[in-house]
Amino acid sequence: MSTLIALTILAPLAAASLGVLLRNRVVWRDIVTVIGLFASAASSFIMLFTVADQGSYRLHVGGWSPELGIELVADRFATLVLPVALSIILVVEVFAIGQRRTAWGANPELTGPLLGVLTSGVSLAFLTGDLFTLFVAFELILVSSYVLLTHQGQREQVRSGMSYVVMNLLASTLFLFGLAFVYAAAGTVNMGLLAERIPELSDGVRLGLGAWFFVVFGTKAAVFPLFSWLPDSYPTAPTTITAVFAGLLTKVGIYAMIRFHTITEMDALGPIMLVLAGITMVIGAFGALAQSDVKRILSFHVISQIGYMLMGLGLFSTAGTTGAILFLVHHMPVKTVLFLVGGLIENHEGTSSLDRSGGLASRKPLIAALFAVPALSLAGLPPFSGFVAKFAVISAGIQADAVAIVAVALIAGALTLLSMTKIWLGVFWGSDADQSDILRSQAGIVSTSVANRRAMFGATGLAVAGTLTISLFAGALFDLSEKAAFELRGDTPAVIDGAEDASAINNGGQP
Amino acid sequence: MSVALLLAIGGLTSVGLYLITARSLSRIILGFSLLGHAAVLGLLTAGGPPGPAPIANQLDGAASANPVPQALALTAIVISFGLTLFLLALARRQQLLSGEDLVEDDLEDRRIRDEEPEAETDQGADAHGTSAEDDDRFAYDLEDADVATGTEAAS
Repeated sequence: MSTLIALTILAPLAAASLGVLLRNRVVWRDIVTVIGLFASAASSFIMLFTVADQGSYRLHVGGWSPELGIELVADRFATLVLPVALSIILVVEVFAIGQRRTAWGANPELTGPLLGVLTSGVSLAFLTGDLFTLFVAFELILVSSYVLLTHQGQREQVRSGMSYVVMNLLASTLFLFGLAFVYAAAGTVNMGLLAERIPELSDGVRLGLGAWFFVVFGTKAAVFPLFSWLPDSYPTAPTTITAVFAGLLTKVGIYAMIRFHTITEMDALGPIMLVLAGITMVIGAFGALAQSDVKRILSFHVISQIGYMLMGLGLFSTAGTTGAILFLVHHMPVKTVLFLVGGLIENHEGTSSLDRSGGLASRKPLIAALFAVPALSLAGLPPFSGFVAKFAVISAGIQADAVAIVAVALIAGALTLLSMTKIWLGVFWGSDADQSDILRSQAGIVSTSVANRRAMFGATGLAVAGTLTISLFAGALFDLSEKAAFELRGDTPAVIDGAEDASAINNGGQP
Repeated sequence: MSVALLLAIGGLTSVGLYLITARSLSRIILGFSLLGHAAVLGLLTAGGPPGPAPIANQLDGAASANPVPQALALTAIVISFGLTLFLLALARRQQLLSGEDLVEDDLEDRRIRDEEPEAETDQGADAHGTSAEDDDRFAYDLEDADVATGTEAAS
């Protein structure tokens, strides 16, 4: 197990270093990157099954006690989310290899290695057992995302990159302040120990810490008043990069929030979270309706969907947390696929603007089909995965008698369907004004070879199949999410077990 | 916990926050450096009373300063050092592209905002009069987007 945890984090990092060295030998570079990402994803799947079977596992890096050293925890929540996240990155890397260097394709010399660093950061963020390592993982993710966003150095990217970097850097600095507060209050940053010590603090200090970290993680997750950086920056990046960002970055924020606020029992913040969740859903959906570009519409939906996960968390019940976790698992692949399809549209039409494209359904029915499945899933229609996830969250809301938020969630769902229809009307139906040749040459898209197109369509098709698998195994996933929620909320939780181990080690090891 | 440290943290934080509200990226970078210092000092303060350097095998544990926050602070310093460099490179790139290192508005947002009140262009122009300086500064953006020319011609 400890090898698997280390492999998940280190394999992509090693592949990234090798990839930089091999940057001029195209084939080898791509092979190394894919192997690194695949090793990471494969070991995360093995961990999923092992942990589901045998329970959580903790790795004390360097043999230090948790109070002093770094602790990595492979519990049910982490191992459930991690395989989904890592498979997404692998799929996107294959798509990026297919896309090569078109106008919207990221520079492959950098994309592979940087995706490796990002993967390593994501694994670390999911597996870490202490807040400071979480901070380091966030930085690892963000630094590679800064570079991925701006590396082409185009005007628009530098402009939006600046607000992206500044907002996230501010959140990171607040995180650092928060770490100082936590250490001053509880004398540790280990989450297992915090789960014991924070609930014992006085209400003011406890809720102050909770609110502070809500702001920190909320900025990363793009929750209502703190989301402005997201729709500005995401659409300007190359599509493959946006797909990874939309699928993962905000989700790491919401993951950290679900973990921290649940184990430290911040139930009193629930009502505020629910209000903000409702506003986030509606604002995101309305923002999407106002846009007229595929990538921008999808970016606003990232925000809207965050609201559902926050709603699940804000209910502070086992059913709510289960819903939030299931929603997280469903949302990551669906969002990524939609952006990949956006990439296919761009590659074919030469633009992602709704006004300048149309009639694609008759010319490229495959793209239309690949778009329809995740779009309906995002809107939450049965039998797709979005329905299962939304059903879990909303039924948790009904159980908790939170009528208002349930109503808002349903309305936001309808609005989502409306803006998906808008994309459908703008891109796939409508007048068959095929300007793609002109627009493509304006945008400087080189015509792609058959092998490249196969890689792109193959990756997208695989990801669509992945989202369908999620709805097929909805029952099993719901069980896993529920167990993870139980563990987090503390009936038989792993992290608190870890704390007991920790105190045992301390008593034995202290001079 | 010394008052001097607390005052230093407060001072650095307030100056830092003031600087990052600026439009110019070089000021923002300075602001983040100061905020980073404040956070590091905060970590040190959180570590408890000062003491001799916590070097293994040379002290009897109890008397030394708390080593954990120091390790955390060191990591944070390294990270903020790297990020400052990245921000400087970004500011330089922005200066090369536009002549200034200013954080600019989102064009697509402005386009969507400007789309709505097309019927009342005159009033719209008056309303925007207060931010005329702002508009001048970003005039080139609007030209790029092919939007401003349209609305101006209409009025």
